[in-house]
Amino acid sequence: MSTISQPPHFAAPSAEEATAPVLIRGARPYGDEPTDLLLRAGRIAALGAQAAATAAELAEDGTPVLTVEAAGQIALPGLVDLHTHLREPGREDAETVETGSRAAALGGFTAVHAMANSTPAADSAGVVEQVHRLGREAGWTRVQPVGAVSVGLAGERLAELGAMAESSAAVRMFSDDGMCVHDPVLMRRALEYVKAVDGFVAQHAQEPRLTAGAQMHEGAVSAELGMPGWPAVAEESIIARDVLLAEHVGSRLHVCHVSTRGSVEIIRWAKSRGVDVTAEVTPHHLLLTDEQVRSFDPVYKVNPPLRTAEDVEALRAALADGTIDVVGTDHAPHPDQAKECEWVDAAMGMTGLETALPVLIATMIETGAMDWRRLAEATSARPAQIHRHAHLGRPIAVGETADLVLVDPAERRTVRPEEHATKGRNSPYAGRELPGRVRATFLEGHPVVLDGALATSRTGRTADRTVAP
Amino acid sequence: MKHLLSTASLAHADASAILDTAEEMSAVSTREVKKLPTLRGRTVVTLFHEDSTRTRVSFEAAAKRLSADVMNFSAKGSSVSKGESLKDTVQTLEALGADAVVMRHAAAGAAHQLAAADWTDCAVVNAGDGTHEHPTQALLDALTLRRGRAAAAGVDPRGTDLAGMRVLIVGDILHSRVARSNVWLLHTLGAEVHLAAPPTLLPVGVEHWPAAVHYDVDVALAAEPDAVMMLRVQAERMGGAFFPSAGEYTRRWGLTDERLAVVERLPGPARDGSGAMILHPGPMNRGVEISSAAADSPLNRVLDQVSHGVSVRMAVLHLLLSGDRGPDRAAEAASPAADPSTDRSRP
Repeated sequence: MSTISQPPHFAAPSAEEATAPVLIRGARPYGDEPTDLLLRAGRIAALGAQAAATAAELAEDGTPVLTVEAAGQIALPGLVDLHTHLREPGREDAETVETGSRAAALGGFTAVHAMANSTPAADSAGVVEQVHRLGREAGWTRVQPVGAVSVGLAGERLAELGAMAESSAAVRMFSDDGMCVHDPVLMRRALEYVKAVDGFVAQHAQEPRLTAGAQMHEGAVSAELGMPGWPAVAEESIIARDVLLAEHVGSRLHVCHVSTRGSVEIIRWAKSRGVDVTAEVTPHHLLLTDEQVRSFDPVYKVNPPLRTAEDVEALRAALADGTIDVVGTDHAPHPDQAKECEWVDAAMGMTGLETALPVLIATMIETGAMDWRRLAEATSARPAQIHRHAHLGRPIAVGETADLVLVDPAERRTVRPEEHATKGRNSPYAGRELPGRVRATFLEGHPVVLDGALATSRTGRTADRTVAP
Repeated sequence: MKHLLSTASLAHADASAILDTAEEMSAVSTREVKKLPTLRGRTVVTLFHEDSTRTRVSFEAAAKRLSADVMNFSAKGSSVSKGESLKDTVQTLEALGADAVVMRHAAAGAAHQLAAADWTDCAVVNAGDGTHEHPTQALLDALTLRRGRAAAAGVDPRGTDLAGMRVLIVGDILHSRVARSNVWLLHTLGAEVHLAAPPTLLPVGVEHWPAAVHYDVDVALAAEPDAVMMLRVQAERMGGAFFPSAGEYTRRWGLTDERLAVVERLPGPARDGSGAMILHPGPMNRGVEISSAAADSPLNRVLDQVSHGVSVRMAVLHLLLSGDRGPDRAAEAASPAADPSTDRSRP
């Protein structure tokens, strides 16, 4: 039961008023039959013949209407990412809220959740409010800060979860992501405490003693390469402990970036017991394996590490059947020098916002593992429900928030990280051809992306201009 | 062959070419003037991010016997800890005129990264990268094994491989680049590889290796290996982290005097009961993985290994830098009649 109501922290910035109505012609919602959509005043105002008719009336009355031709394109609810690293404050050389927000818009994301491992960590009301404000000022996507579970992500004592929840950022999701809340007592207290703010704990499941110095998945490839291994059991043992803790104290647990077949089995078991647990998988764990590490290219260094083909198969099946609820990008930009070095010294993480949808189309749609409706559920509806964003992740229907993405599933493009809006050039898909291009993204009816390129933000920013005119 | 990075990627033909060339190079090392003109005017840089006087001196001797100029570059610790990136270091070396970089690094894959990146055109020789590979060590071990068997049979080692030989490697397989390089190379050359180690010092995934795994050294010796290779045990593995104590390690996995007596009675490469060869990559921990008697046994080939190291490294540098893949050109170069003025390998 919630004792604190969520304030309208996604209220539209003032500059948004100027957005003209938009008529989208011939898009296929969820891959269904082509239809027209009219977006007006931040909502889906009409569908089908009514959309075109209303648009014509508006035009007759002298209201300019933006027409977007979308034949052959799929319309999906705007993507919601529960797992994004925006690096600001502290590592503005790697990413800023502005550049990360642009990448999100280009990837079709109308909301991202900024993880707490900034410098300083987002463990206080001040930092989460700063990130929230920077996101609103950028206006390319919604930026919802995640609060740290422990002070400085040190895993020792609880951060002021209540203050972050009551702040203008209205934090509901708490995570030490990057670090595991490994102390079982601290994890128990966190799970209990967040019940008071209707929150949940998102765990980075990694037993630290079993992964000291770990560089890659522990298995046949690590044995050959002589690299210290990151065993699957280090993830699975923490998940097993945490689902039991969540059950014991009656709280909500979200498991970040599930990467192993064994983790899937534990989560499936926990759900069958009625434990309130949700789970996430990243696009890269759906496509890449530890075989990539043979190149010794640190672009493939990520935490949790790339696993085996068997794990990839299990993760795809679990995402398709809902055992894994959502896709989270774990977008983790790094400056070049953090990756142009020896593997052991390289930073962990890869960019993901601008390639997430293409990777999902390649791994889940083109393989027939799931349809567009399930994809929309996993990338929009479920993540919004997990965070309890009442007005996000809504279906494509009249009266709903006009958060939409138009994607051309047929267009195949070679990934060129140097063309990405994120500051990070550490994309593991560089040079790889992927299907699906985001043609347009609408944030409460405002086109932030048109023709596959940045248009204007809701605060009037453009690709060349970060200050409102 | 542009680089020598690993034995996992080394084909039988390339490995044989290196060994046959090394035989020619050995002949040079026994001459009064131990020098060939083949790499005159070429520059070999030894880039060592990790201390290893033995390996460095061996490469330096090899390069100098081929008349190359040698520059030694010490960069202790990782590039990050000293504030200069590997990329910048290597581009500096290339600007200084290096033709080949011999690299020792604590990070697995460092030599691969150097060769794969477009940072340099130098030939790269991996002189040991973390716990990944140490290909020239495995090549010198293979040369030692091949020579040992040929000598026992009274035949010329050139052109032969290790088919039918059984080699037992004992010790810290998990942390050993020597073990990894040997497993791949000896298997490629036809040998049957056996490993014996405490389970804590075997990597998860070892079951996929082309090798038989034993936890019990005495069982492994009963399989009658032609050679026993003892690996050095690092002090930091002791004290309870991987095995309870040095004493227990020695009793269970060491080449003790009792086990030496068993090794001395094995059929050996001569098949006449004259004992198996004993190899060790050095330096030996006497009294830990090997007893003093075993270290000084006539079956022990450790000094042969050292001299074979120079021959193998000469062969590798010669083949990489002269663009000559076969042993014939090396034989020609090694022959006292060879005229330096016709040496096509010079730039």
